[in-house]
Amino acid sequence: MAKSIWIVMQQREGKLHRMSREAIAAGQQLAAMVGGTASAVLIAGDDALAAEVAAYELEAVKVAASPALVDYTPGAFVGALGSAIAAERPDYVLFPHTYQSVDFVPRLSQEVGAALVPETISFEMVGDEVIWKRPILGGKLQSRVRVKGEGTVFATLQSGAFPVDSAAAATTPAAVQAMALGDLVADREILGVEQAGDDEVDLTKADIIVGVGRGVGGPDKLGPLEELAERLGADIGASRPVIDNGWLPRDRQIGSSGQTVAPKLYLAVGISGAIQHQVGMKGSSCVVAINKDKSAPIFGISQYGLVGDLHELVPALNAALAESE
Amino acid sequence: MRIAVCIKQVPDAEGRLQVAADGKWIDEDEIKFVINESDQYALEEALTLTEAHGGEVVVFSLGPDRVQDALRKALALGAKRAVHLADSAFHGGDAHATARALAAAIRSEEFDLVLTGAQSDDAGYGATGSMLAGLLGWPHAWLVMGLEVDEGGGSAKVTREMESGMNEFFRLQLPAVIEVQAGLNHPRYASLKGIMQAKRKPVDRPTPADLGLVADEVGMAGSRLEIVDVAFPDSGVGAQIFEGDPATAAKALIEKLRNEARVL
Ligand SMILES: Cc1cc2nc3c(=O)[nH]c(=O)nc-3n(C[C@H](O)[C@H](O)[C@H](O)COP(=O)(O)OP(=O)(O)OC[C@H]3O[C@@H](n4cnc5c(N)ncnc54)[C@H](O)[C@@H]3O)c2cc1C
Ligand SMILES: Nc1ncnc2c1ncn2[C@@H]1O[C@H](COP(=O)(O)O)[C@@H](O)[C@H]1O
Repeated sequence: MAKSIWIVMQQREGKLHRMSREAIAAGQQLAAMVGGTASAVLIAGDDALAAEVAAYELEAVKVAASPALVDYTPGAFVGALGSAIAAERPDYVLFPHTYQSVDFVPRLSQEVGAALVPETISFEMVGDEVIWKRPILGGKLQSRVRVKGEGTVFATLQSGAFPVDSAAAATTPAAVQAMALGDLVADREILGVEQAGDDEVDLTKADIIVGVGRGVGGPDKLGPLEELAERLGADIGASRPVIDNGWLPRDRQIGSSGQTVAPKLYLAVGISGAIQHQVGMKGSSCVVAINKDKSAPIFGISQYGLVGDLHELVPALNAALAESE
Repeated sequence: MRIAVCIKQVPDAEGRLQVAADGKWIDEDEIKFVINESDQYALEEALTLTEAHGGEVVVFSLGPDRVQDALRKALALGAKRAVHLADSAFHGGDAHATARALAAAIRSEEFDLVLTGAQSDDAGYGATGSMLAGLLGWPHAWLVMGLEVDEGGGSAKVTREMESGMNEFFRLQLPAVIEVQAGLNHPRYASLKGIMQAKRKPVDRPTPADLGLVADEVGMAGSRLEIVDVAFPDSGVGAQIFEGDPATAAKALIEKLRNEARVL
């Protein structure tokens, strides 16, 4: 029997999240692979947004419209999607792996009894089953998983894993349908949204950034890195643990919870290259990794690399720059 | 307040990883284990809350015998008691199966709050806490960067991290499951006195039957996900690496950045 695939869109104030389009591309790919149809699910979108989604090659666009869904709460989202999934039993439901999805999708999967494959980076058909690939151990390794048993399978899709460009446009727009909604109970009283840090440092315009990672080892070890930044005319950025440990202030953080930068040169020093860091810096024109572990994922997105102890390599870079000044 | 904290023991981020002989996980023999990073922050938050509001912290961990070290450490930091889901029937589960076991253990006591980490540094499902909340029928929040329990303890104000450096704020009814993100506080160090006291604190080791579970609801048997294999990522073309002693390598790199990449 033809499989049904749902792709849940994330939007904010009438704009689709970039990763919603990536999810459409993935859903179309999965539909072609398993033999089935893909439909989009739009939560609280207006007609214009529904029409925008319907322009992709899809079976239908299912719209969940209710005042209770305008502001996100897991209670209302799980209520809306849960009753629809229980009634129609789609074979697969795909979600962008955003902070919003990770907040409610596990709970939804638990409530409807669906299997969950978090942070999928690819899938393939092996024999007659779908095998999913996802990062483990901070992206240092990847695991392939299969899903046992019957019933709906959920997957959240990692940022950048499924290129937006590969999403196919429709020849005729998909049908837009209203979704039947169950009880929608907000389980949070929303109070507001605010900038997290002081936001004093703007790294988005920097030409060169020296990115400091946990491998640097402590705030007392920053001296040679500061010298390197000064010699290069660079700004200093950091991975999350450096900030969490208080070695540098929060407005230096680069990554999914921090700033997104795209300098012409990014030096990743003692940074392993977890996806949450990569999404914040992979737009850099040239990436240099300095790391003692040559299998660190950062080398996979770098043009150049130095493998060794950064406490020897950074002073050596400073000396080389001093010599050639 | 009685607070349950779920802590997972995971491989040290610093350790050198190797794929195990069966290809399905990493070789655990040569590596060090630590308390999962975000769980350390969850434990600190729980200890701070009970210091402010009174009450006690009980830590829960599912895993093999080595997990005792993590539990002793949590007891040394100030947790009152520990529950170790050590039975091999519990092991190797996906987030659903692990949440089912933790929920059964937590449900056999009364708690006002459950704290977990946002994500484990090994499996990285980012899901166990939310599933646990579903099983308990409590509200939850994932990726929490701030938690203030209101006067009276019936509700809490929560700060949740959003993408790109924004935070959102909301109020939740308690009891709830709060999934803590690294960075929301400054975890303490264990004192010598704490380490001594920890030796005498009780660690329960319930079996699935003790918790009213049948063995095939939990662990590998109770999981929908099954690992086919694990491998290092194929990093594609990869970086051009400069070999040699630091001075030679550094000079070669600077030369390339100037004359090939033209970014200096
Ligand atoms: C929801 C969520 C959001 C997140 N948001 C962000 C974010 O915005 N930004 C971010 O960066 N992370 C974020 N993270 C964390 C992320 O998953 C990683 O844990 C983090 O990026 C790792 O930082 P790191 O590379 O500095 O540390 P590690 O992964 O510990 O890597 C340290 C590296 O240093 C190397 N090293 C150690 N000593 C030396 C030495 N002497 N010489 C040379 N190399 C050495 C090691 O080989 C290793 O590769 C987030 C995580 C979650 C779950
Ligand atoms: N085996 C375990 N024992 C105790 N707590 C766990 C276990 N697995 C997961 N958790 C908790 O659930 C959180 C999220 O884990 P995960 O869903 O694997 O990313 C962790 O930070 C822990 O607080």
